Amino acid sequence: MIERIRAILRDHGRLSVDAGLLGDDTNLYEAGMSSHASVNVMLALEGEFDVEFPDAMFRREVFGTMGAIRAAIVELTKGR
Amino acid sequence: MNIEYTPEKLYDDLVAHKLIIPVGVPGIFGRGAGFEDVLRRFDALVSRVAQGDGAEVMLFPPTLDRRVLEKSEYLDSFPHLAGAVFSFFGKDSELPRLSGAVHAGQSWEAWQKMTDVVLTPAACYPVYPTFTGIIPERGHLVDMQNWVFRHEPSAEPTRMQAFRVREFVRVGTPDVVVDWRDMWLQRGVELLQSLGLPAHSDVASDPFFGRGGKMLAASQREQKLKFEVLIPVISESAPTAVCSFNYHHDHFGKIFDIKTASGAFAETACLGFGLERCVMALFKTHGMVPAEWPKAVREKLWGDAR
Repeated sequence: MIERIRAILRDHGRLSVDAGLLGDDTNLYEAGMSSHASVNVMLALEGEFDVEFPDAMFRREVFGTMGAIRAAIVELTKGR
Repeated sequence: MNIEYTPEKLYDDLVAHKLIIPVGVPGIFGRGAGFEDVLRRFDALVSRVAQGDGAEVMLFPPTLDRRVLEKSEYLDSFPHLAGAVFSFFGKDSELPRLSGAVHAGQSWEAWQKMTDVVLTPAACYPVYPTFTGIIPERGHLVDMQNWVFRHEPSAEPTRMQAFRVREFVRVGTPDVVVDWRDMWLQRGVELLQSLGLPAHSDVASDPFFGRGGKMLAASQREQKLKFEVLIPVISESAPTAVCSFNYHHDHFGKIFDIKTASGAFAETACLGFGLERCVMALFKTHGMVPAEWPKAVREKLWGDAR
């Protein structure tokens, strides 16, 4: 799953660093992801994993690291 | 004092006292002499309060280079509020078709093309591109009053499609910009309270478009990037924002390549008084006849006790 998240960040995150160098806990905002880029990342994640983020998940920490994104996807796909 | 707060009551009262002049399009109306007098007096009061700050005055027309809007991500955030200017680029031979459609009451969009200008969506937008390069050590401080456009037609009088904003912009290092914003937040509340208005400030978010917009609004709120000063004007429970404070971090610094002497992207913040809303708050709070307003308020605005 983490590689699919990494690919989305590479395509949509507008990062100032190589997405290949991101660790699970690397702060994506510090890696250059703007608020607008995080929206595109969110929409791409919804398409890739066939999920819909509820409003309550629209918090910066939910999209702040690859690990946090993975935890959110796991939560949304639980029981599938 | 018992005040009835509804949008209809405020609109009807303003019209009845010739303070606003309906023109038939929601969110667009003329301003009468009494309204303009209060607006100018209020604007002058803001000038007096800001007098010692040494801001550079800039005045722009209500139109903006379309590229500035495109680069600023405004269309990513507020596509529903933006207004672009279109015009006729055709030849003589095409005029009859345009003219025919107009006079037949049909759509004439097909003979219009986008021009290089858009309607200014926020008073500060023309300013940022003028700072490209290295800023001086003290940064920049700009003072302006501009007409802005928002495509949000509404019969509710405080929600206008075109209105004036008295705006200040600060450009500098993060410390300088945030201290300035905090200073003005307090100053803005005090200024409005000194006019007998029940003003208070609160964290706010912009009306970003769509689902992505919900995420942007949540992020803006979480980072406390936007504050508003609020006063009851059309509702007691949902007071109206009359002054707005936005901290952009290095958003505009990056887009327009504005840097500090150390080579870092400069940060920016702005604050704007929605002048018509401030004036409406005064009329709503003190009544439709300025001659009957409290003496202290009149002294503050007119400098006498007429």
